Amino acid sequence: MTLNQSDKIQDITSGGFDSEVTAARKNFGKLMTGLVVACVGIAILPLGSILFMLLKNGLSRLFLNFPSVFTELPPPPLVEGGGFSNAIMGTIITCTIGALLSVPFGVLTAIYTVEFGRGNKLSQFVRFCTNVLSGVPSIIAGLFAYGIVVLTMGNFSAIAGGVALSVLMMPIIIRTAEEGLKSIPSEVRQGLVGIGATNFQGVTSVILPATLPFIATGVTLALARAAGETAPLLFTALFSQFQARSLSEPIATLSVLIYNFAIAPYANQNSLAWAAALIIVVLIMFVSILARTLTARKIY
Amino acid sequence: MTNPSTRPAAPQATQSEDIVLRTENVSVYYGAFEAVRNVYLDIPKNKVVAFIGPSGCGKSTLLRCYNRLNDLIPSARVTGKIAYQNNDLYDPKVDPVEVRRRIGMVFQRPNPFPKSIYENIAFGARVNGYKGDMDELVERSLRSAALWDETKDKLKQSGLALSGGQQQRLCIARTIAIEPEVILMDEPCSALDPISTLRVEDLMHELKQRFTIIIVTHNMQQASRVADYTGFFNAEAAEGGSRFGYLVEYEKTESVFNAPREKSTQDYVSGRFG
Amino acid sequence: MTSQTIAKSETLIESSQKFNPVRLVDQIFYWLTVATALGVGFILLWIAWSLLSIAFPAIVKFNIGFLFSTSWNPVNDAFGALPQIAGTIISAIIALLFAVPLGVGVAVFLSENFLPTKVQTPLGLLVELLAAVPSVVYGMWGIFVFVPFILPFLQGIHRVFGWIPLFSTPPSTRQMFTTAMVLAIMILPTIIAISRDSLLSVAPELRQGAYGLGATRWETLTRVLVPSALSGIIGSVMLALGRALGETMAAAMLIGNANRINISLFAPASTISAMIANQFGEASGLQKSALFYQALILMVMTLIVNMLAEVIVNRFQQVE
Repeated sequence: MTLNQSDKIQDITSGGFDSEVTAARKNFGKLMTGLVVACVGIAILPLGSILFMLLKNGLSRLFLNFPSVFTELPPPPLVEGGGFSNAIMGTIITCTIGALLSVPFGVLTAIYTVEFGRGNKLSQFVRFCTNVLSGVPSIIAGLFAYGIVVLTMGNFSAIAGGVALSVLMMPIIIRTAEEGLKSIPSEVRQGLVGIGATNFQGVTSVILPATLPFIATGVTLALARAAGETAPLLFTALFSQFQARSLSEPIATLSVLIYNFAIAPYANQNSLAWAAALIIVVLIMFVSILARTLTARKIY
Repeated sequence: MTNPSTRPAAPQATQSEDIVLRTENVSVYYGAFEAVRNVYLDIPKNKVVAFIGPSGCGKSTLLRCYNRLNDLIPSARVTGKIAYQNNDLYDPKVDPVEVRRRIGMVFQRPNPFPKSIYENIAFGARVNGYKGDMDELVERSLRSAALWDETKDKLKQSGLALSGGQQQRLCIARTIAIEPEVILMDEPCSALDPISTLRVEDLMHELKQRFTIIIVTHNMQQASRVADYTGFFNAEAAEGGSRFGYLVEYEKTESVFNAPREKSTQDYVSGRFG
Repeated sequence: MTSQTIAKSETLIESSQKFNPVRLVDQIFYWLTVATALGVGFILLWIAWSLLSIAFPAIVKFNIGFLFSTSWNPVNDAFGALPQIAGTIISAIIALLFAVPLGVGVAVFLSENFLPTKVQTPLGLLVELLAAVPSVVYGMWGIFVFVPFILPFLQGIHRVFGWIPLFSTPPSTRQMFTTAMVLAIMILPTIIAISRDSLLSVAPELRQGAYGLGATRWETLTRVLVPSALSGIIGSVMLALGRALGETMAAAMLIGNANRINISLFAPASTISAMIANQFGEASGLQKSALFYQALILMVMTLIVNMLAEVIVNRFQQVE
């Protein structure tokens, strides 16, 4: 590879030693700059359009009869008004279940790979599995939760939705927790050993607290991803027109509501979908910014 | 066995005193590499013992054997016997955590925990099962480490906010608080300025009333100022070409510096080394 | 000092042998972390096993022929996956054709100082935001904004190039081509982020060397920087491909779910994940089994692509 490059550097100079950049070379540069700027323009266009449409359609629906979208239940077809209070609750509930399952599991795994087994075979295996897991299509996480929860419990439920989301959150949490643990200088670990602390005492009292900003970042990033996921919830949490009364029954979520209402042929449901989409995107943006500020608070 | 390093290094200097740690024929390996070869050395109670010698002579490696810190390096292997109160430190029945509670350590770079000054001291004590008056212990430890006057008004501040010299004294206070019998110091002043160094050295004189101290240092003046006994280590090329460290001589500090038995010690202490 | 509770009078071995809850907790904690670490692997196996066990009846019945059959008939219990496999691969490849040049272009732009940092940083943020928008929102945007906007252009293409088989059908509102374009937008951030990182990680000596020899910025970029960052760029493309293959919502909402293979890109089609999303609700028995069989195929496809990506990206990190 390196050899190759030096060949190419020679290519550039072999045209002669005149120090002036020829017109052809200048034009080549101008052309390429133009192309790249065009690329940026084309890439920004859809994003701009999405944000604009979200604000236009979403805001207008939010303020149409404010604050009913936050307090009312989803409307049946051909009925005006309505809201998605149950879906907001459902998104919070399923994401919380996902976090409750994946955070302890992910953090403990990261503690093993960094604190106990750094570089050993099991850690490498975990690293490999984490990478594979992060590439698992989200719909397959949904089928997995369907297979192990829905079929066992006999019905669709918030728990099944949470299980599906936890599979998707896990790799994010493992990675950020590992990153955080690795940022703790080895001197601190030696100090802990030096005063006769056991690994448990050292990790729980000193190392984990110092890693907290990273873990918080991982959790918020994972939540941001989970909040927008739809495919894994389609056959786990399903949907519900009503407020959920228990975790073992189908539950509405914002993302599934967007899907159902966006493909429905009713204008009121379509506009509610836009409003829900706006709320999810704002939520995710907020959470991402939160994650950044959390990382900035790190000790090391 | 004609190798010079196999000579048992003069334990007679310490025969009349209580011995805390007995080192018998200890060698340390990192994988196939032999870092220290065949060390015999006894540490007397309530004295300061200094290990000096050029880099790569294995003095820090040996120091880390005394609280089993080498356990943390997967490839490290210790042979021979280190006896502490008639128990072999490396006896499989011994929990290394128990060893470290009795043999504390201060490291080369100050490494306070990312906690408040107060918690830095209280944490170690709590971990070691201390149930008494914590405020009193923190104050006593900080006073012993000559840090109380500077920190008494900011005990809730982070230990990381202190200056380097203060951080190192905080680490000493943290070690004192767990009441070990032996304190190991691995070049404790190498990251400090001269004034902080002086304070830590003064501290050692006071601490040896209560503790036995083993200090590794690059600084010969420091060894001559603080140590009662000094061990000089050197490195030598082994058969395969790699170098191994060994103990050249171990005597009262005055005799090491004024009347060394070995030529290499003479060369080292007079600055004619290498 | 008398208040110290550690009994130092015990010998080392005595206190080591004595029962100590702290030591027990430490042991339990260690084995707990080992268990969770093994658990990550276990979850992967569990996923594979749960797919396999439900897909089993279909695997037994259709065997490998499932991959090459185009039928999907719940009444006769005849199922195949060819249209979905084809649709998944074709949509992903078209998406890459759009996204790779665009993404590498943007990555080049963001890795060079074309603009002051003040403009560059928010631009980078914007790209990250693009990655954070949920796919269902892209799908909805596709339905209400993108497809109505692009359809007249596609109709134009059909009128002019209709004699080419690829554009031979009148553009449908739900079709392969628009789906692939939305997919392209969705995978853009992945390509941009990793390509930019690998461009920035090229040793500064190389860049300085090229400039020092009198190369212009663009000569340096095209002949030195991009070639040496190539494995990172290819890795990003593979990761993006993995994402495009598994993407569900946008495809389910836009592709039209037609269970047939049509040479024309303007006709409705189907992908594995879209098929599952659409059919799962009313499927039962062998049909559900067949859907899980399709999911298994998808899992294997993404697994291969992601592993290739990892190998390539790892190589790039070692070079770095």
